[in-house]
Amino acid sequence: MAGPSDPGFDTLALHAGAAPDPATGARAVPIHLTTSFVFENSEHAASLFNLERSGHVYSRISNPTNAVLEERIAALEGGVGAVATASGQAALHLALTTLAGAGSHIVASSALYGGSHNLLHYTLARFGIQTTFVKPGDVDAWRAAIRPETKLLFGETLGNPGLDVLDIPTVSAIAHDAGLPLLVDSTFTTPWLMKPFDFGADLVYHSATKFLGGHGTVIGGLVVDGGRFDWHRADRFPELNQPYAGFHGMVFSEESTDGAFLLRARREGLRDFGACMSPHTAWLILQGIETLPLRMARHVENTRKVVAFLAGHAMVAGVGYPELEGHPSHALAKRLLPRGCGAVFSFDLKGSRQQGRAFIEALKIFSHLANVGDCRSLVIHPASTTHFRMDDAALDAAGITPGTIRLSIGLEDADDLVDDLQRAFKVAEKAA
Amino acid sequence: MKLTVQDREAYAYTGGRPFDPTLPCVVFVHGAMNDHSVWTLLARWFAHHGHSVLAVDLPGHMRSAGPALASVEAMADWLLAVMDAAGVQRAALVGHSMGSLVALAAAAQAPERATALAMLGTCVPMPVPQALLDLSLSEPLAAIARVVSFSFSTLAAKPSYPGPGVWLRGAARALMRQVLAAQGDARLFHTDFTACNRYTAGLQAGSKVSCPAHLVLGAFDQMTNPKGARALADALQAQVHTVAAGHQLMAECPDAILHTLRAVLRDEVGVAVAGGR
Repeated sequence: MAGPSDPGFDTLALHAGAAPDPATGARAVPIHLTTSFVFENSEHAASLFNLERSGHVYSRISNPTNAVLEERIAALEGGVGAVATASGQAALHLALTTLAGAGSHIVASSALYGGSHNLLHYTLARFGIQTTFVKPGDVDAWRAAIRPETKLLFGETLGNPGLDVLDIPTVSAIAHDAGLPLLVDSTFTTPWLMKPFDFGADLVYHSATKFLGGHGTVIGGLVVDGGRFDWHRADRFPELNQPYAGFHGMVFSEESTDGAFLLRARREGLRDFGACMSPHTAWLILQGIETLPLRMARHVENTRKVVAFLAGHAMVAGVGYPELEGHPSHALAKRLLPRGCGAVFSFDLKGSRQQGRAFIEALKIFSHLANVGDCRSLVIHPASTTHFRMDDAALDAAGITPGTIRLSIGLEDADDLVDDLQRAFKVAEKAA
Repeated sequence: MKLTVQDREAYAYTGGRPFDPTLPCVVFVHGAMNDHSVWTLLARWFAHHGHSVLAVDLPGHMRSAGPALASVEAMADWLLAVMDAAGVQRAALVGHSMGSLVALAAAAQAPERATALAMLGTCVPMPVPQALLDLSLSEPLAAIARVVSFSFSTLAAKPSYPGPGVWLRGAARALMRQVLAAQGDARLFHTDFTACNRYTAGLQAGSKVSCPAHLVLGAFDQMTNPKGARALADALQAQVHTVAAGHQLMAECPDAILHTLRAVLRDEVGVAVAGGR
């Protein structure tokens, strides 16, 4: 039937959550660098504190610039709202601790960013939250690992660094059968490549430091709520459907049928843990998101050219990109990621450790550093950096070998990237 | 708060405070495919400013047992029964969209029980295009998407609802999906829309209402065009308040709606609503 429809992705990337500033007419989103916001009077102050009115009180809890970013990522993901955090790690921590406490249990994919693995395996265990790790493609293992005290299932859309595609429809169905939500790290894919809520995920988080910001300038995170999980009827979540003493007995699922998780995340997690995002950071990430559709298309285009080059090179033992037929997630990638499998992938270099070192040090356009999702191309050796705390068994479970090299393909001319790699291979060959 | 109404369990949100039937009462009634949570900011404010509050879930919607009621008149009967169950003789009736028709019908059926009537996002009659009626039955999720796209006037309503960081279109879509799924009634959307479509007694009902009446309309409302409320305003001799919003006006401009209802209910309920937390 005829009538208006919601704007498309590219339009939302520019406009969702933002309108010309009513006070000044400023068209770009203003940076509200202020700690706090003046109350109209005492009654207004009290009503804001008591959630009788919507508005900003203190920038640890909410801020107008951050709110634009939060609305925008929620719009792009198809969610109900979001909370901006100081980093991707803070976003993961906020998502987990909003639902889990001492005595809780999490089931997580074994193919995780090393920092996420550290948080789950070491740090949260110290606070009484246990995690069982399962291979992301082992459906039976996901189901078998669920315990009565399990609070959520967790994986990455594209596992780091092997790019195992998480079978979100299947894993979310397992979660929902058990009355649990599925949390997904969507950093590598961004909503331009995949919207996890469309496949059954309940919560999404991003390291906005990566492709969303896109320029390697700021650290930030975002937690997005899909608004589809029925917290009210879920037996396992008294945190959301029973009175909360920390807010005058508020029952979050009564206050907001579709946003109970976000309410508690903001009103408890940001309030008490305090890992909020700077408004300046929010503004820079917004600048990145405005060009996200253009950049992601170019990231994927360049990546396909580099992958094709590497796949045919004599010094390469294997390339781990799901669009290649030999990748274990190839079929899943075709189904869930038709626009592409992102711009971060690994390949295995033949030869000695010394050759590997020579290869990385010979690169001139690729920068050797610990990040991904920059507009510039990046390279790193996971076994000695991002995943160095893992023992051999954990490395193997994550699909990492001593010869694995991870690339993050940027927006340079693809031919220049291939030339840079070609030159480095020649140097590595001579280093044998 | 849970009540037993017409032999079924009913739920009403009380604004974050225990319900006190001795206080001036405000009853909030949501629209099609919604629930009480569209009112929580307003409900909390009035509950903490000298009122008792009942923000109901209509039968078959979220926490109130089904089946959903098929007519506005039946929902009005139920609403009056809710007041009975809560021990409330008189109340200000505030409704949005389909809920505004329910409030109107209740105020007409029992004029002595309504201290004020506030109808938000309303028109009478409230016809639903046949194509949308059909879609609500055949593809309710598509109908939800369609209605959400009609319901907002902006991509950036501030400060958002119920708080900063909420994407209103996504929240509206998610709420309707949850309401649809909550009791497994795939026909719920069609039932609600049919009730709106068939309620043709609005102008006659308006003439029976004896309490002060107010229409709160969204200037950019594409679901219930403000022009469609003129005859109703005449029948009710209502005061008309227009805010810069689409159909989901409580979400798009929560402060403007609060200011309007404060003024309306200060006059009609007879308490100093700005005082006494």
